[in-house]
Amino acid sequence: MALYSEKVMDHFRNPRNVGVIEDANGIGEVGNAKCGDIMKMYLKIEDEIIQDVKFETFGCGSAIASSSMATELIKGKPVSEAMKLTNQAVAEALDGLPAYKMHCSVLAEEAIHAALEDYRSRTEKIHKPY
Amino acid sequence: MIYADNAATTKMSDAAVEAMLAAVRENYGNPSSLYSTGQRAKEALEEARRTIAAVIGAEPREILFTSGGSESDNQAILSAAAEGRRNGKTHILSSAFEHHAVLHTLEKLKKEGFDITLLDVHENGIVRPEEVKAAIREDTCLVTIMYANNEIGTIQPIREIGAICRERGVLFHTDAVQAVGHIPVHTKEDGVDLLSASAHKFHGPKGVGFLYARKGVRLTNLIEGGAQENGKRAGTENVPGIVAMAAALQEADAQMRQGAAALAEKRDRLIRGLKRIPHAALNGDETRRLPGNVNFCFEGIEGESLLLLLDDKGIEASSGSACTSGSLDPSHVLLAIGRVHDVAHGSLRLSIGEELTDADLDYIIQSVAETVEYLRSFSPIWRDLESGKKPHLL
Repeated sequence: MALYSEKVMDHFRNPRNVGVIEDANGIGEVGNAKCGDIMKMYLKIEDEIIQDVKFETFGCGSAIASSSMATELIKGKPVSEAMKLTNQAVAEALDGLPAYKMHCSVLAEEAIHAALEDYRSRTEKIHKPY
Repeated sequence: MIYADNAATTKMSDAAVEAMLAAVRENYGNPSSLYSTGQRAKEALEEARRTIAAVIGAEPREILFTSGGSESDNQAILSAAAEGRRNGKTHILSSAFEHHAVLHTLEKLKKEGFDITLLDVHENGIVRPEEVKAAIREDTCLVTIMYANNEIGTIQPIREIGAICRERGVLFHTDAVQAVGHIPVHTKEDGVDLLSASAHKFHGPKGVGFLYARKGVRLTNLIEGGAQENGKRAGTENVPGIVAMAAALQEADAQMRQGAAALAEKRDRLIRGLKRIPHAALNGDETRRLPGNVNFCFEGIEGESLLLLLDDKGIEASSGSACTSGSLDPSHVLLAIGRVHDVAHGSLRLSIGEELTDADLDYIIQSVAETVEYLRSFSPIWRDLESGKKPHLL
């Protein structure tokens, strides 16, 4: 059996939504280089809908595939729905990950949540009355 | 497909396959049986022992057949430790970048009360003989230093260390798994008391190896049972594996003696080409390394991704990244030569054979350069390095 599912290899070889959003209004970065995985998510949210999402990842095959899949799962979705994204959903959408690679899907979930929280804190600042 | 992972394992040579088939088909007897079929197997076994002994400058009775490098390392170290304990000596000297078969055995001994010193291997990946000399104590019972490192290929000053150990009367073991069949190894001239080797690293079969133990060195059994191997390793001998190992070693040794320079030239062509990739660095000494070993770190990328994409391009190699080691830490070898975690994750080992053409080598260089550039294009670490947010280390 191959190390990864076909789905993982597909998202690793042809990652979706790779890159940077220059005018992103939600950015999240998680992981650290010491452990070998860093994910950075960029969100462009308008009217509480995720209009665009892009990612940059330093990491192994499953880290890149998990980032890619996570962006696909939240693109075009309301913020409230994206907040409910779980690592299991990412892993399942990839037709599973090897047990010792599950942390990659956790990192993807955390990166999305970090970016959403960044968006929340920015909008709260804007709406804060002086 | 370009196979560039010969340090992991090698393809069996035709000579080894032929020898194995003959043993399986005809010499199927048990070497311990007294009838003709058994005695033919016994003769094949002893012939293999003579062949191997001749290649490494040993006496046939100093060769003990085992299941491979790990078993040989275990038996060598545990034997020296047992002898040390009998003499009240419980200090062992080794290096920080030994194979896990050595390091984990030493860890086990540490729990049993042994004092272990791991010498620094410095930036170039080479142990300094004067540091070995300075670290030997009155209670040192063993010095165990590998002949050549399995990841970065650096060749250790075995002969100098052997001379020091002889002068101080300390047993010297070397894990020569990566060296035997690849560079000249001579047990007597090198002054080693114990030496481990594994067949599948020199185009022999997996699951078989040998331990050289100088006459007079007392061995402790790992496996109890029958009287095979002078009573030092029980179990019916793996005759097909052993005769194939001997055939492979004889051929590898001859090939090495006439082809090592040509292989080193191929290695250097790869090194020159990969050095042109920005922010890349060779791991280990540039010249004192195995003729087929190339090991690089590339900043801003992770090794497993690189391996998977190279596999897609038909290139098979390995990496010391955490993701390929199955732990959170990258290779202990790369950390031992001072590479920080971030950089060590982006390592690539190419261990080549003489069959690769210059066109193959150029294809490897081009593929690695393209893949590194691609992975860097969406690496947040690379972005920080390029924007000046973090300083480049390589």
